[in-house]
Amino acid sequence: MSAVVWVPCDAAAVSVGADAVAEALTAAGATVRRNGSRGMLWLEPLVEVETERGRVGYANVAPAEVAGLLAGDLDDGERCVGVVDDYPWLARQHRVSFARVGVIEPTDLAAYRERGGLAGLERALTLSGEDVVREVTDSGLRGRGGAGFPAGIKWETVRTAEADVKFVCCNADEGDSGTFADRMLIEGDPFTLIEGMTIAAVATGASEGFVYLRSEYPHAIRTLRRAIDIAYAHGVLGESVLGSGRRFDLDVRVGAGAYICGEETSMLESLQGRRGEVRAKPPIPALHGLFGRPTVVNNVLTLSAVPMVLADGGAAYAALGTGRSRGTQVFQLAGNVARGGVVETDFGITLGELVEGFGGGTASGRPVKAVQVGGPLGAYLPPARFGLPMDYEAFAEAGAMVGHGGIVVFDDSMDAGAMARFAMEFCAKESCGKCTPCRIGSTRGVEVIDRIRGGVQREANLVLLEDLCATMTKGSLCAMGGLTPMPVRSALEHFPEDFGVDAGTADAVAGEMPESATSTDGGARP
Amino acid sequence: MPQRGPGPAPTAAPADAVRAASVRGIAEELAGLRGPLLPVLHAVLERHGYVHDDDVPVIADVLNLSRADVLGVVSFYHDFRRTPPTAHRVTLCRAEACQARGGEATYAAATDRWAGSSDVELGEVFCLGNCALGPAGTLDGALHARLTPERLEALTAGWDR
Repeated sequence: MSAVVWVPCDAAAVSVGADAVAEALTAAGATVRRNGSRGMLWLEPLVEVETERGRVGYANVAPAEVAGLLAGDLDDGERCVGVVDDYPWLARQHRVSFARVGVIEPTDLAAYRERGGLAGLERALTLSGEDVVREVTDSGLRGRGGAGFPAGIKWETVRTAEADVKFVCCNADEGDSGTFADRMLIEGDPFTLIEGMTIAAVATGASEGFVYLRSEYPHAIRTLRRAIDIAYAHGVLGESVLGSGRRFDLDVRVGAGAYICGEETSMLESLQGRRGEVRAKPPIPALHGLFGRPTVVNNVLTLSAVPMVLADGGAAYAALGTGRSRGTQVFQLAGNVARGGVVETDFGITLGELVEGFGGGTASGRPVKAVQVGGPLGAYLPPARFGLPMDYEAFAEAGAMVGHGGIVVFDDSMDAGAMARFAMEFCAKESCGKCTPCRIGSTRGVEVIDRIRGGVQREANLVLLEDLCATMTKGSLCAMGGLTPMPVRSALEHFPEDFGVDAGTADAVAGEMPESATSTDGGARP
Repeated sequence: MPQRGPGPAPTAAPADAVRAASVRGIAEELAGLRGPLLPVLHAVLERHGYVHDDDVPVIADVLNLSRADVLGVVSFYHDFRRTPPTAHRVTLCRAEACQARGGEATYAAATDRWAGSSDVELGEVFCLGNCALGPAGTLDGALHARLTPERLEALTAGWDR
């Protein structure tokens, strides 16, 4: 009997040689199955061998080592991590949305069902739309894309809207640096997303759905398309969802390299085949969305939390978390971090537990200087703030945001002034150009930061930068221009020396935090 | 405003009837989709490697759009290149997470190495979703991790300079 081994097909694993390892294992006579990644990315390629004890993992396997691995040569070394399910880094997590990722073959619908899949959709089909929405509202689920808007309220708006056709759109344009959970979920367990979107459609009366997936994720595109085909073939999608007589059609649309299309109205424009320029709100997409019709727009992780909410009830989900941040969040440890990957856990865990406890500090072994939480538009925070609990409101109060849960770690070689400049430069490069504060302000921001760092009329330029940041925050149409000041201001606040500024001067100029930094939605308008 | 402007004018090729027919076929096949323009442009890219200026009126005609509408979309998105692709393409991530792992040094080395090359095109990208194993990049479309200057050199050693 040949050994059954699992080799991840996740893009991150493939990028460090997983495909070659799988080929070598097949050639060596093993039965190779492909799973998603467990999210312990520093161990990839992580090969798992089925044993009586469970699936035993071997880290960083190279193709030349597979014969030895199968012969048991690696069993006693540190490369063998033991039974993967019991590995402390993984066992300490609370995986809800990611429960099946890395465990099953991504497009194996039978395995998906065996592990609780489709239970949520089956239950939703027995309820009225109103009751399904109530479960989601009761769960306290908030948008995981960054804005944290309550999903149930959005769904109720769409449900009660009158229209000839309604849409469910999944925002999978995961362009924020340091975030990869959407990608890993789609590559590792795409049926969860399909089920979540179908539940959203059932709840709101939508009949068509689109996943807007970025072109930078070719592996995810392939996996999701295959999963959708399988879902159609098994009656999960199509003219009669699970035999209910309700129609739901789902399609994947591929982005084209524009960061701004992660903004929901820009994404809708792009789906309509236009330039990805943001729309002014109101009208809100829930009432006037894709092709002007009522549209649910949610992030991958929001929709992927829905099957569990329906299967176990909203109250079970609401029992997790802290304050007004209910349920779990999928955090992503990235950048210069020793143990990078996916940590799904209840809200309320501290930043320090994530960075030091799970992440193990920097990959370079040097001290952590700062972490950026929530993507390129999130704040830079020094280790002094590691006591902050991961919670939408606590972060907003600290002038930061949880965002999509990405945490990028920097060691002490980082130049915070250069990163602030980069934030403005990136905004200038990726601005859709529709509103002036973002389009022009970002370019002026680069220039002003250069003058500050160059020592040209430093105090006057600090005042000007603060004024510019306030204008961008309050005057931009969307969160791109509105939040670009967040990394800039936080870098200046915590690391004024990197701008050639002494701490007292920076404090005197910084003044009050802008409205967007203290509001609960992180500045993005629902 | 488009980030990269309209780009250099493609080298003038004579109107290519075969290509025009192919592009028309692609557009007609996908015209029934909701919002068909991006899927059509992606399909043209896949089949022909780039969007030629002569493709624009053909697509506009099939989809009943103005040429300005089509050109506006082509020029807005980074993906829709308007010149033929080079023999090899290197795309390196320059976003924060890869910067934190030394990505700028790799980018600088790549810039030096392939400056002026007509066979290798170096591009930048902002996030490939491989943020824990950076610096990330793609070599002829395949995703790679931990791209130090040395590793990049080793992986592309077989390419003509």
